[in-house]
Amino acid sequence: MSEIAKTSSSAASRPLLKTLTPWIGFLILLLALPNIFSSNSGLYTMNLMGIFIIFALSYNMLLGQGGMLSFGHAVYFGLGGFMSVHFMNYIEDGAFVFPMYLIPIFGGLIGLVFGIIIGSFSTRRAGTVFAMISLGVGELMASSSLIFVAFFGGEEGVSGDRTTGPELAGINFGQDIHIYYLIAAWVFVTVTLMYLFSRTPAGRMANAVRDNAERAEFVGYSQRKVRFVSFCASGFFAGIAGGLFALNFEIVTEENLNALTSGTVLLMAYIGGVGFFIGPIVGAVLFTLLQSILSNYTDIWQLYVGILFVLTVMYVPQGLTGIIVMHSAAWRMKRLGSLILPYIRIGIPALAMLAGIAAFLETIHHVRTAFEGDTLMSLMGIEFDSHGVVSWIVILALVFVGGFLTRMQLRQLRDAWETANKPPAQTEGSGS
Amino acid sequence: MFELIFFSLLNGIVTGLLLFMLASGLTLIFSMMGVLNFAHASFYMLGAYVAYTISMYLGFWVGLIVAPILVGLMGAVVERYGLRYVHRWGHVAELIFTFGLAFLIEEVVQFIWGKDTKAYHEPEILQFPLFTFFGQNFPAYKAFMLLVSIGIFIMLLLILTRSRVGLIIQAAIHKPNMTAMLGHNVPLVFMGVFGVGCALAGLAGVIAGPALGTFPGMAVVLGSIVFVIVVVGGLGSLTGAFVASLLIGLLQTFAIALDYSVNDLLQLFNISFDADSAFRDLWTLSLPQIAPILPYLLLVLILIFRPTGLFGNRET
Repeated sequence: MSEIAKTSSSAASRPLLKTLTPWIGFLILLLALPNIFSSNSGLYTMNLMGIFIIFALSYNMLLGQGGMLSFGHAVYFGLGGFMSVHFMNYIEDGAFVFPMYLIPIFGGLIGLVFGIIIGSFSTRRAGTVFAMISLGVGELMASSSLIFVAFFGGEEGVSGDRTTGPELAGINFGQDIHIYYLIAAWVFVTVTLMYLFSRTPAGRMANAVRDNAERAEFVGYSQRKVRFVSFCASGFFAGIAGGLFALNFEIVTEENLNALTSGTVLLMAYIGGVGFFIGPIVGAVLFTLLQSILSNYTDIWQLYVGILFVLTVMYVPQGLTGIIVMHSAAWRMKRLGSLILPYIRIGIPALAMLAGIAAFLETIHHVRTAFEGDTLMSLMGIEFDSHGVVSWIVILALVFVGGFLTRMQLRQLRDAWETANKPPAQTEGSGS
Repeated sequence: MFELIFFSLLNGIVTGLLLFMLASGLTLIFSMMGVLNFAHASFYMLGAYVAYTISMYLGFWVGLIVAPILVGLMGAVVERYGLRYVHRWGHVAELIFTFGLAFLIEEVVQFIWGKDTKAYHEPEILQFPLFTFFGQNFPAYKAFMLLVSIGIFIMLLLILTRSRVGLIIQAAIHKPNMTAMLGHNVPLVFMGVFGVGCALAGLAGVIAGPALGTFPGMAVVLGSIVFVIVVVGGLGSLTGAFVASLLIGLLQTFAIALDYSVNDLLQLFNISFDADSAFRDLWTLSLPQIAPILPYLLLVLILIFRPTGLFGNRET
C-alpha cells in the first residue's frame, strides 16, 4: 500500500516538462505530417487514420480499460456520423447558425445519449453477457438503419456539405489540407481527454473492476456504475469519431454502423494491443496503412489482415505495442544493441519465408482470377509466368528453405534474448 | 388464410429445424467450454462449399456424407491447435479468436472459391413438387431437408440420453473437473464435441446450400441468428435450443407472410397520422419490414429480463 502511494506521489511530482514531452512531440508530429506526406492520397490516409485513432481509443476504453468486449461499437460511431451529417444539412439550410468545425460535438452527444440508454441495461455484467447484448444491439441498429429511411437514408445513406456555415479565419474546409488540420486538432484534444480520463478515479476504478469485480465491490464501488461511466464516455468519443467521419467524407451510410465496422475496430484495437493506452493508436495507424497501401498492390489484402489478426490473437495477445514494450527492460539496461544481430540473423530467412508465402497466395490467386491465357504476372516489379515450373520451384524453395532457416535461427535468438534480459544484479556484481 | 398459415407453418418448421442443426452443436460447445463460437456458422458455409466441390465430381449424395466429415475434422483441428492454445489467454481471447477465425474463413472461402454465388443444386431425384395444396407446390427437397433434420435431432437425443458417450458428455458439460477426476479424458471429449458440432453445422450447410444459396455471405446471414437461438434457449439445454430454433423459424416466416403495419393497428382505434412527419417510417412499419430485427429484439430482451434463457438453469 505504502509502496503504491509512494510511486504515485513520485509520479505526480515528476517534472512537468517530462510529463508534457510526449504530448508536445505528438502535437509537433501532427503538425509536421502533412508537410512530409503532402500528396492527396497521403492526406486521405492520414485523415482516415485520425478518425480511426479516436474510434479505436474509444473502443479500448471498453475492452482494454474496462474489460468489456463489445461487438457493436459501430452503433455509436454510426449514430454520431448520421447526427452530424443531419446537422450539417440543417446548417446548410440555414435552420440555425453553427460553426462547421464543432459539428462532431453533436455526434458525441448522440453517442453519449445512446451510451446512457444502452449502458443502463448492458453494463450489469461483463464477459459473454455484455458481448451478446452488444452484438444484439449492434444487429438491431444495423437492421433498423435500413428500415427507418427518414433518418438513415436507406441504402444510399445521407450526404452533406461541409463548406457552409460560419467560417474560421476565412477557411471553409473546402480543401483536404484544411480538414486534415481540423481532424488533427480533434485528435489531439480527444486523445488528451481520453488519456486524462484513464487517469481519473473513474478510469482507475474501471481497471479495478476489469481485474477483479468482486474485490472492487468490497472496496465499496458498484461495478455496474463504474462500467456505466466508462461505457458512456466511450460512446461519447466514438460519436465524435463518427462526426469527424461525416465531416471528412460528407456522406454517412448504413455501412458505418454495421457489424463489419464493429469488427474492424476490434481488429484495430487488438492488433495494436489493448493493454496499453497507445496500443489502439498503433493499431489504427497500421490498419489504415494496410488498408490503403496493401489494397493498391493486391486484391487479397483482407486475407492477410485476417491471418495477421488470428496470429496476433494466438501468439501475441498483448499486441504489437506489447512486443515493443517487451524490449524496454533490455533498453533500460542498455543491452538492446546485443539483440540487433540476432534479429537480423532471423529476420532475413523469416522475410524470405513470408515473401514465399505471399507469392504462393498471390500466384494461386492470379492463376484463378486472370483471363484465359494470361499467365504473365508481376510481383514487386518481378515479372514471371504464373504457370511456369521454375516460378513454382522458386516460390516453394523460398517458403521451405526460409522456414527451415528461421527455425534454425530461433535458438540463437532465444539465447540472445535471455542474456539481454538477465536480471541486472548479476552483471552489476560481476562488473564492479 | 388457411393456406397461408399452412405453408408458413411448414416453411417455418423447415427453417427452424435447419437452425437447430447449427444451434445444437453450438449450444453443446458453448455450455461445455463457455466459449461462444463465432466461427460456427463459418463451418456451415464450409460444409456447403466443400459439398459443392465434391458434388461436381462425385455427385450430391457423396457430398452429403463426406463434406460433414471433412468439416468435422477441420473443426477438431481448430479446437486442438487453435482454441486449446488460446485458452491460456482467457475467455475474452477465446471469443476474439473465434471472431477472427470467422473473418479468416470468409476470406479463405473467397480466396478458394471466389466471390460469386455457386451453382450448387439439389439432386435431380428431388426436383419435383411433393404435393400441391391450394395451388401451391411444396418442393420435395424441402421435405428431404425436414427428414434429415428430424433424423439428426432424434439421433442426437438418443446418443446424448441413452449412450455411455452421451452420459460422459453430459457430465463434462456440468462438472468438467469432476469428470476428469473420474478418469475421463475431458479435453478429448471437448475436441470430439467441437468436431461433431462443426460436422453438424457442415451437414446443415450441405443441405441448405442448394435451397438458400451458396455464397460467401451465407455465414453472416445465419451466424448471429444462431447466437440468438442459443441464448434464448438457455445455456446447455438441447430442448431449449430446439424450442428456440422452431420459435425463431416460425417468427421469421410468419412475420414475412403476414403483411400488417402499425397503421393497420392504429386504424383499429381510429387514429391516423399525417404521412409527412419525420416519424413517418414509424407509422408505416409493417411486419415483413421488421422481420429481420425481431430475433435481435428477442435476444436483448431475454438477456435483460431472463439471462438464463427459456430453459437454462445457469446464467450465460
